[in-house]
Amino acid sequence: MTSLIKRGVSLYSFQNETFQGKMTLEDCIRTSAELGAKGIEVIGEQTFWGWPEYGVADADVDNWHRLIAKYDCVPVSHDFMLDYKRYKGRPMPFDEQVASVKKDVDFGARLGMKYIRALVSIAPEVLVAAAPYAEEKGIKILIEVHAPLHFDHPWIIRHAEAFEKSGSDALGFLPDMGMFVFAFPPVWTEKFLRLGVPKNIADYIVKAYEDRVLSEYVILDVQQMGGTGPAIAMAETLRHNAAFEPKRMLDYMPRIHNIHGKFYQMNEDYVEPSIPYDQIVKVLQQGGYQGYICSEYEGNRWIEDAEEPDSVEQVRRQQVMLARLLGESEDPTIKTSPTASAMAEAAE
Amino acid sequence: MMDNKMIVERSLQSVDGGFSFLGRLPYYRGLGLSMIEDIQVTVDGEVQPRESVRFSVRGKTYTLDEMETVYDDRWNFGEKATIIVLNGGLSAGTHTITFAVRNRVSYLPFVPTTKDTKELALAA
Repeated sequence: MTSLIKRGVSLYSFQNETFQGKMTLEDCIRTSAELGAKGIEVIGEQTFWGWPEYGVADADVDNWHRLIAKYDCVPVSHDFMLDYKRYKGRPMPFDEQVASVKKDVDFGARLGMKYIRALVSIAPEVLVAAAPYAEEKGIKILIEVHAPLHFDHPWIIRHAEAFEKSGSDALGFLPDMGMFVFAFPPVWTEKFLRLGVPKNIADYIVKAYEDRVLSEYVILDVQQMGGTGPAIAMAETLRHNAAFEPKRMLDYMPRIHNIHGKFYQMNEDYVEPSIPYDQIVKVLQQGGYQGYICSEYEGNRWIEDAEEPDSVEQVRRQQVMLARLLGESEDPTIKTSPTASAMAEAAE
Repeated sequence: MMDNKMIVERSLQSVDGGFSFLGRLPYYRGLGLSMIEDIQVTVDGEVQPRESVRFSVRGKTYTLDEMETVYDDRWNFGEKATIIVLNGGLSAGTHTITFAVRNRVSYLPFVPTTKDTKELALAA
């Protein structure tokens, strides 16, 4: 049986290529569509120059809608940032933060999105105050539950309580699967080895992670093993990452509307060695989730010092994995060169 | 991230009173100019004074102090800004340029500085 869970891509995944102009927006959308990942998520200010400081040209928004229609895709989420540290030495006042979120609600609506993503550091009061406006515009504001935070963390519980108290269904959650790092990602280990971490210390950290040892103990042990600089940094990643429990999402299913399919590496056998997607998909199916899982490739920053990331191949492999886990009968494939539009523009 | 792509290859040029090169923000998004806390340029081991640096995008040029209160302009994702250093000029030949950017990012519990070093040639 085919699952009700849908596949999508956050264009964040292609950042290494789009940064360098190797892929255009059309390349990103076409490639996702060919993979059957019809849900498109963007970080507004990555994809659209000008947002939010000087605005986005109508021509750029028209182009977005043209491409979404051309490739039969669905706009899913505009991920906004809300830079409350915009002013040096003083935080952005509350009312201005709310007004800023409303502007992102408008931008999300202009792009035809159902959701806008709020970063996890934004205060619940700000989102609650913006909720009535989001309701009017048919947009839900989803706070991204992202490691080191998780569904049992008091900060997230405060959000959940505020959302319930508000009575608004325009407020919800967007869990990032990077909360469920079950094994120390091999691309992290390799990066730290390149930075000079001694092999015995790296092996110790990987094993300690597997044994779920408290981060502070691991850091002290590494210090006592003679670890310095990058070895301490490797141990400190345990402060920000952990194998939290996917089942914790079940309590919040009615407010979970989008998923970041975070991954650090997809191997040739279509396995993410650090994040248990088989378990995650089971939990989401158990919870009756019917939204998108949007690929979010974040291995780029861990390998770029050694090799040029191949984001498209990484996303392809994750989409094959997801399609199989969701019970689809065919593996997704890419038919057109992922850089076709960029090449055509360059030739003009 | 994108550290090794900050300085655009082959972009070193002479300008009136100094030199310029193209620089990109090492980030997965753009950033409003008020959140660029510092840009430090080092040439052949010599740190250039902050006052000598200018930042230019889409025809507008700012000092670093001016940028601190610019709320209506930004350094877009992947955008090649012209970084100008008014140091009196550089000799022809190859120079080692280090370009370091310090950002104030709302959600990060630290203030990141990212840098890139490249050998750039200045034509005679």
